[in-house]
Amino acid sequence: MTLTETAPDRESDEALERRFEATIARNDRIEPRDWMPEGYRRTLVRQIAQHAHSEIIGMQPEGNWIARAPSLRRKAILLAKVQDEAGHGLYLYSAAETLGVSRLELTELLLAGKQKYSSIFNYPTLSYADVGTIGWLVDGAAICNQVPLCRTSYGPYGRAMIRVCKEESFHQRQGYELLTTMMRGTDEQRAMVQESVDRFWWPALMMFGPPDADSPNTAQSMAWGIKRNTNDELRQKFVDMSVPQAKALGVTLPDPELVWNEERGHHDFGQPDWEEFMEGVRGNGPCNAQRMEHRRRAHEDGAWVREAAMAYASRQDGATA
Amino acid sequence: MSDEPTGRGFTAEGGHGAVPLEGVASGVGIAPVEREWPLYEVFVRGKRGLNHVHVGSLHAADDRMALLHARDVYTRRNEGVSIWVVRADAITASSPDEKDPMFAPSGDKVYRHPTFYDIPADVPHM
Repeated sequence: MTLTETAPDRESDEALERRFEATIARNDRIEPRDWMPEGYRRTLVRQIAQHAHSEIIGMQPEGNWIARAPSLRRKAILLAKVQDEAGHGLYLYSAAETLGVSRLELTELLLAGKQKYSSIFNYPTLSYADVGTIGWLVDGAAICNQVPLCRTSYGPYGRAMIRVCKEESFHQRQGYELLTTMMRGTDEQRAMVQESVDRFWWPALMMFGPPDADSPNTAQSMAWGIKRNTNDELRQKFVDMSVPQAKALGVTLPDPELVWNEERGHHDFGQPDWEEFMEGVRGNGPCNAQRMEHRRRAHEDGAWVREAAMAYASRQDGATA
Repeated sequence: MSDEPTGRGFTAEGGHGAVPLEGVASGVGIAPVEREWPLYEVFVRGKRGLNHVHVGSLHAADDRMALLHARDVYTRRNEGVSIWVVRADAITASSPDEKDPMFAPSGDKVYRHPTFYDIPADVPHM
């Protein structure tokens, strides 16, 4: 984008910062070419880039079942869902690029292991029921995270999240419907659903991040309006939503401490294994190496296509010039 | 800042789950890469009777590929009946600065608004 000349009397940094703070205080949105503190820009790029990477890596666990979906209907649904994840990744890379980074650069930071993606995708999808459980619990948790982000202070991120949230509802519903169908099936199918829920419940709770007491950056992100709720608030909301859904489905959630607390008006529940979570973040989760290896191969195998398209485009330019 | 996530400073709002914000490269300040397909801005007309509205951007090698990618990325659920794509470097934009003199001329011309004019309350249809 070409910039027109800015006014000759440049404002002082303090004046710019005051204006930025005032925009945030009014609950107004920051737009790409506004002045913003370097810390705000970097925090956003990290968060949006890692969100984008999560969507792209997130295509793998479910993509694993496309060729083995039990019917054409289920295959078409799963294809549409995985295509949506690619779309979500692209909306988010597009939002990150408005902050002055390039998508290729971000991809290379991911491949170099310098940026991360959500650890939930480092768990394997061992049975077809996992496709349903991921839709119900993993996408359900994602919705809890993402709905507040539609009001995030950075305009392009909020707008991307609105598009994502509209589509995420389909993801959760197709998953839950898949599970209800299996629960109406044989004992073996019901056992398959329960086993899948047992494996994914704790990782889904980990999706909200460590307890607030261990998340010192939360306060700054909330002051900037990047974050709207704390990790624990969102986790509580997710548990409260999931309990009646589990009951309607006819499965149990694998937490002996899970109980309704009349006084608080919320469910009490146990803590996930945070050491397991940290191992995943460090790269030692069950499928980290496999996910990264697959992503790297896809990137390298696609290189000739990207180059050929550029060569074709520049030849067309030459022909019409 | 170490390259190793410390376990502190995770945000739950990393979409599909918590991602670390410490010990992570931001990529800010790295020079743009020339090898990448050019960036296009995408505008979609939601339905007949509406303007095209900016919906986001994407990378494509040429105009035709940009249109096809825009269809796949931004209109998977009947979001549009028409798409424009334009290379981002072909757009000229005003400065975002609020104090920019660009918009000042409209600030002090209240007489451009219908509410500037007092009309007796009993005059109909005005």
